[in-house]
Amino acid sequence: MQRYSFFSLARNALTAHKNWQAAWRSPPLRDRYDVIIIGAGGHGLAAAYYLAKEHGITDVAVLERGWLGGGNIARNTVTIRCNYLRDESIPFFEKSVRLYENLGRELNYNLMFSQRSMIDVVQTYPKMRDLRRRMLAMDIYGATYEPISVAEIRQRIPSLTGGGPESRLPIIGGMVHTDAGVCRHDAVAWGYARAADAMGVEMHQKTAVEKLLRGPDGRITGVSTNRGDIAANKVAVVVSGHTTTITDTIGLRLPLRTYNLTAFVSEPVKPLIDVVVNCPDSGFYLSQSDKGELVIGGATDPQQSFKRALKQSVTEDTVAGMLELFPAFKRLKMLRQWGGTLDFAHDASPIVSACEVPGLYLSCGWWGGFKAVPAGGLTLAHLVATDQPHPLIEPFSLKRFKRLDFILESGLTSSR
Amino acid sequence: MLVIPCPWCGDRHESEFICGGPTRPARPEGTDQLTDGEWVAHLTVSPNPAGFLSEKWWHAHGCGLWFTLERNTVTHEVRAISNEDDRGEEA
Repeated sequence: MQRYSFFSLARNALTAHKNWQAAWRSPPLRDRYDVIIIGAGGHGLAAAYYLAKEHGITDVAVLERGWLGGGNIARNTVTIRCNYLRDESIPFFEKSVRLYENLGRELNYNLMFSQRSMIDVVQTYPKMRDLRRRMLAMDIYGATYEPISVAEIRQRIPSLTGGGPESRLPIIGGMVHTDAGVCRHDAVAWGYARAADAMGVEMHQKTAVEKLLRGPDGRITGVSTNRGDIAANKVAVVVSGHTTTITDTIGLRLPLRTYNLTAFVSEPVKPLIDVVVNCPDSGFYLSQSDKGELVIGGATDPQQSFKRALKQSVTEDTVAGMLELFPAFKRLKMLRQWGGTLDFAHDASPIVSACEVPGLYLSCGWWGGFKAVPAGGLTLAHLVATDQPHPLIEPFSLKRFKRLDFILESGLTSSR
Repeated sequence: MLVIPCPWCGDRHESEFICGGPTRPARPEGTDQLTDGEWVAHLTVSPNPAGFLSEKWWHAHGCGLWFTLERNTVTHEVRAISNEDDRGEEA
């Protein structure tokens, strides 16, 4: 792997940047691998990277229906945080933040990671109580979540001029989460892909898995794709919203429902907000990108959907909530919009698990899965390599549904 | 944006309705005979097709009718409305 550095930049500048090595190879597709990962998104590529790095398993093919990093890793709002409620969730998501902190150096890829804090702006007392409970739970694990006064919120976010004492929902306080930050989402996919490729992992784009293949003993034997059948002893399904579309092909039923979550960005403006702002009572969150665009997200569509389109009613709700608190944004034009399909598990927590089909592994149920990419990949790789769950994801197995041992994480932002 | 054909009121804007989620299969008979897996599947697994899905809708800001419709989760096309009022069933 050609290392990126100031010197490599200078050296390549001398040859007019014509000699940069491709970030990853495009090898011919073979008909057998040790491990197949379906989905070259954040979690799939991270799992491939950790399989090679931590477990020495390099005979891995990552199959992608579209293009590498074109799914939800390209469709999120780049927020990384770990303000969760449950004893099972907090250590997992905190580990992910810790991995992100060093990831750019580890992958030799500029992730533009900026740990700029998130401020929750609270407008109702029930939400305040909920967040205080979160704070106390997180204190146990050393994650940072602290109360912040209205005056300090207004000082740190000067453009937050709404929500005064006369408004319908005045701001009553908030929380600041200093672990939180933003990170360039595409670079996470590309960085993992490049580093995994350097260790021998193969990525195959435009290779759509049509169905899973099982042997006479029920074990997984490979996948059938638009480019022919590929054999493998172990197959990991890491496809976000389309998990059930894949597992339906072998009759495996999962407690998942697919929803569309949308976001949009404004035209670029001068630096205005240097934290991630989350307003759970008004139903939106936003941050400002390095280019100056405001990246704005709200709730999911209210019904199951595989259609990745912005719904007018959902967008209107989000914008109306935002203008209550940021009336000046009324004059902003919106530039781009996008949607991504998420699969919510029955208890709104992720599933990283083996299942009743030997050799088949699942990583699904991620909403806000971007923040979980490093820890999700690390723990999935551990599971695939050793057939034992990593301690951090042991509670997130499919078995929890059998015991009705749910990890209820109705979320801070998008979960309904 | 969806236009939902309410069996009572006719075509109305989606914002008048609340989606009650997918139609769940009926409670299985003879629950003592079920395996844990079958019972848990009944409790937790919902249909999630990329295609037509049978759903409960509530005309909350209209006539108040609960009804069942089939909506395509990929295209949002709506078809096959049942016009019986099935209030009382758990959505």
